[in-house]
Amino acid sequence: MERLGVFLCTGCGIGDALKAEGLTALADELGAASCQTSPCLCAPEAVADIRAALESGTIGGALLAACSARAKTEAFAFDPARHVVGRVSLREQVVWSHPAGDEDTQTLAEDLLRMGYARLSKIGLAKPLAETIERTVLVVGGGLAGLTAARTAADLGHPVVVVEKAAALGGSLAAVEGLVPDRPPYDSLHDNHLPRLVAELSSHAEVRIFASSTVKAITGQPGQFHVELATPAGEVTLAAGAIVQATGSRPYDASKLGHLGYGSSPNVITAPELDAMLAGGGLKRPSDGAVPQRVVFIQCAGSRDPEHLPYCSADCCSATLRQVATIHRAHPDVETAVVYRDMRTPGQLERFYLAVQEQPGSLFTRGEVAGVSGNGHLQVALRDTLLGEGTVLDADLVVLAVGLVPNSADGEAIRIHTDAVKRSQTGESEIQREEARKVAAQYAVYQGTEILNLDYRQGPDLPTLRYGFPDSHFICFPYETRRTGIYAAGTVHAPMDAGQAEEDGAGAAMKAVQCIVAAARGEAVHPRAGDIGIPDFFLQRCTQCKRCTEECPFGTLNEDAKGTPQLNALRCRRCGICMGACPERIISFPDYSVDAVASMIKAMSVPEESEEKPRILALLCENDALPALDIAAGQRMSWNPWVRVIPIRCLGSTNIVWIADSLSRGIDGVILIGCKSGDDYQCHYVRGSQLAQTRLGNVQETLQRLALEPERIRVVELAHDESARIPKILDEFAATIEKIGPNPMKGF
Amino acid sequence: MTGQQSRPLLVVGAGIAGITSALEAAEAGREVVLVERDASIGGRVLRNHHYFPKLCPPSCGMEINTGRLERNPRVRVVTRARVTGCRERDGGYEVTVTHAPAYVNERCTACGACSGVCPAKVKDAFNLEMAEVPAIRLPHPNAWPKLFVLDRQACPDGCHACKDACTYDAIDLDAEERTETVQAGAVVIATGWDPYPIERLPELGGGLSPDVIANVHMERMAAPAGPTGGKILRPSDQQPPKRVAFVQCAGSRDVNHLAYCSAVCCLASLKQAIYVKEQLPDAEVTIYYIDRRTPGRNEEMLTKVAAMEGVHLIKGKVAKVEPRGRVLALRVEDVESGRIVHAEADLVVLATGMVPSLGAGAGLFGLSSDDDGFGVEKPGVAVAGVAHRPEDVAASVRDATGAAARACIAAGRRA
Repeated sequence: MERLGVFLCTGCGIGDALKAEGLTALADELGAASCQTSPCLCAPEAVADIRAALESGTIGGALLAACSARAKTEAFAFDPARHVVGRVSLREQVVWSHPAGDEDTQTLAEDLLRMGYARLSKIGLAKPLAETIERTVLVVGGGLAGLTAARTAADLGHPVVVVEKAAALGGSLAAVEGLVPDRPPYDSLHDNHLPRLVAELSSHAEVRIFASSTVKAITGQPGQFHVELATPAGEVTLAAGAIVQATGSRPYDASKLGHLGYGSSPNVITAPELDAMLAGGGLKRPSDGAVPQRVVFIQCAGSRDPEHLPYCSADCCSATLRQVATIHRAHPDVETAVVYRDMRTPGQLERFYLAVQEQPGSLFTRGEVAGVSGNGHLQVALRDTLLGEGTVLDADLVVLAVGLVPNSADGEAIRIHTDAVKRSQTGESEIQREEARKVAAQYAVYQGTEILNLDYRQGPDLPTLRYGFPDSHFICFPYETRRTGIYAAGTVHAPMDAGQAEEDGAGAAMKAVQCIVAAARGEAVHPRAGDIGIPDFFLQRCTQCKRCTEECPFGTLNEDAKGTPQLNALRCRRCGICMGACPERIISFPDYSVDAVASMIKAMSVPEESEEKPRILALLCENDALPALDIAAGQRMSWNPWVRVIPIRCLGSTNIVWIADSLSRGIDGVILIGCKSGDDYQCHYVRGSQLAQTRLGNVQETLQRLALEPERIRVVELAHDESARIPKILDEFAATIEKIGPNPMKGF
Repeated sequence: MTGQQSRPLLVVGAGIAGITSALEAAEAGREVVLVERDASIGGRVLRNHHYFPKLCPPSCGMEINTGRLERNPRVRVVTRARVTGCRERDGGYEVTVTHAPAYVNERCTACGACSGVCPAKVKDAFNLEMAEVPAIRLPHPNAWPKLFVLDRQACPDGCHACKDACTYDAIDLDAEERTETVQAGAVVIATGWDPYPIERLPELGGGLSPDVIANVHMERMAAPAGPTGGKILRPSDQQPPKRVAFVQCAGSRDVNHLAYCSAVCCLASLKQAIYVKEQLPDAEVTIYYIDRRTPGRNEEMLTKVAAMEGVHLIKGKVAKVEPRGRVLALRVEDVESGRIVHAEADLVVLATGMVPSLGAGAGLFGLSSDDDGFGVEKPGVAVAGVAHRPEDVAASVRDATGAAARACIAAGRRA
């Protein structure tokens, strides 16, 4: 942007600590179209002046040298589609954190002004995408979660397509008599509303249902998915705007539970088998068809067991209560006993648990099952129980509350397999081909597990977390997804009970509809919701290195046959990781680019060696490290005045050219501070910090070869609440740099 | 979404559930008014040190949410306001919103000059009254909106030191309450919860010893911005405790107190056991429980904590906690062995449950509630978060997303 107006605030102590005339003179020197000083820039009258200057076109953009970009956001809310506005944090990063009147403090302020000016000169307005957007929501899976999603999306006014693998809708709960109560008084089963829901959706004008059908292929992007279905009537193609994956779960394979008697007696059955039995003619002992007198339920059959499913399936306690209540309703004389390790009935499910416990003939006992023996008549041996050691429960039917296994496909694993198979044929050397064959063998189990069949470079299905659930990694954002516009719901999403699956379906439908709305506006979805800038690829200079297509956490980029990235802008989440990955620096956002940051680095003053003042660049993640620094400043903590901060979207957007530029300019050290990586990563773009560490690790090796100290570059992880730590980190780094001595490249 | 968009949704309560409902609806194209009683948003979650099971700070997600609010022109956030009137109108609700007097207005730059000269101290509400702060202050370091707040009733007679110190004309000591009318298409009630008061649990030592605290207090003690600067200390002598006992179901799953399970306390105590062990590796931590409720992948947290040296999980109902000199004596009915166990601790943490706070939902919007006070939805009025049912943060957010959908549907049909 050209013709920049600089607006300097002297309030909040800025005017007292700094020489304002020095800064206005600098603005002139930089070529600012105008420079105004205000004693309180955020006051409505001052903001009106800024707005007038922007609206009248007397300036092309405004640089507000005042407080942090995170402060006074309401006062300085200018439409990003119409105005280029930048902020320089004189208050938090200079006067609140550094001694007033000091020469270093003034130099710091001037540097920040130069850097802010340089950035603003390099950025421009975004042109919002204006694409034709399909409003249909595709729901894959027609069980409780999927049908609830379908109902919700339809009620929100969107056409819906439901694809169900089975011949009938309804999923695993379709035929059960009653559901666990979700309304007061929570003491008895509710009528199963699924059959009604199936009937309503089947006759709904805006809902198309494909039973006995699967997804053959999905290409495109949110708002523009092209879907091919395999249906009994042949191939059907349709368009969809967003997708809810509600493919549910399957019971854990009970044949692996021989120690609980499964397979050795016909009278040991699983909970889903009991549901089928109850729906198909009533409670019967499989061995002789007689009504059993005593039914024993064994909880955690395969769950919470490192040998089987390490997780708690979260549905079995609730499902067992439902089954016990169903049995007592039809057969008041039948006795039931539930053997549990911990009864898990959170919330008001506790009241239902109490009600079921109070029914005559209903026993609950804590214990570990040592074994199940017998054939027709069964003995369930318990240990570690209230009833005493060696307790044996008699039973003529044993029900294993088997855990649930998600009906998911691990898109990343499938892709690793596909790539390895390809490499095992096309690899350049026999060693490479052999290595690829090993990987292919290791990942062979994923072959043919595809569900969504996405035409994505990074794999045909949602990536999964541990245990195969494509869950969100974020507590605050349970619908966060690594494939934009595709939301998991129900028991495929995470272990959950029926009530939660229903809730989850409604929420996922809301997210799907929201994604369609955002696509129509050309806006990003979470976490940079509303951002209209999209990355521009200057493909003439692309070397097909594929780093961008590999590293995008959201599967935004496909590749053509040569490996050139193909942007699917509506999948993009604007993190900038592709921009950081690109060795040719050909990827830029309208308001964030390699060049913009590089120009900020160039704008920094670098003291001569004789001045004995090192210069340090700090690249700070704007979600965690920058707020932590702001809060530290708010509490008037101080840090080394040689540090110059540049906020970045994500550590993963760091392009190593910034490091190279810094060192070749004579900057003495570069520190990157970003979110935590590892299993419990806090990076909202998944791998940003990790990618930065890998890239910087490579740079450090190069430094060593150039006889430069690798300690000049450091990556630090910091959480949002560690504001007390960040000044110390900067100070310690400055001390290290001082000890190492000046960058030998200085002055070259 | 299509259809008429003439009337906004009204979301009452800006904790994690209300913020989520407001944002999910606004990002789907709806106009939303989000009304919050406190001076800043974030409710109870921001008072947690870390979330389970990831042990990450809630302010991180809140940073993203406040960014979403700042970028979204369709949400209007109204803090320090209450819903005080409501009548059904044209299938929606005509709602009266009463704004508390704006003693500190939007001109405030959060420069802090006023705090420095304020002579009055008040109990710090953000820190659950475990510390004192000036009567005029930023509510907490992450406060959003970033405006100071004045507890006017704490001002000494005739004092106007803060007003004199403010160079931005941001303080009006004579400000008055004002009201506005909002025509809402539909409503989401997300008024949250209160901790069950430990004073009602004298048998567990609640209110009888400063060293018997609630889980919510432990969260503040562990937080760097908390009253102890993040140090876990025994309140009576400000020394680190050597033996910490967690009493599960303190008031929950108990018909004399709260009949339901509060759904979060098991995981909260496991998390807090980690806080203790990280700071005080030699401390002995004992968790007394009825059932260990760690559903789903949260099971990992149980496995991890149970394997920690110096952490003991004992199935048993704590029947009595008694201050005895400098220590606390516990009487535990150990179900495992059938015996009564006597134990001692330096610090007892009562894992108290969550009491729904339906607020305006019940009175003004005519919501019915269950026996425990959790709101039961009706057409046009959705309920989200712990005002709806006992649930953890992730479940509250799912619930709030669904509630946003239901409210949008209701508003669409009624508009």
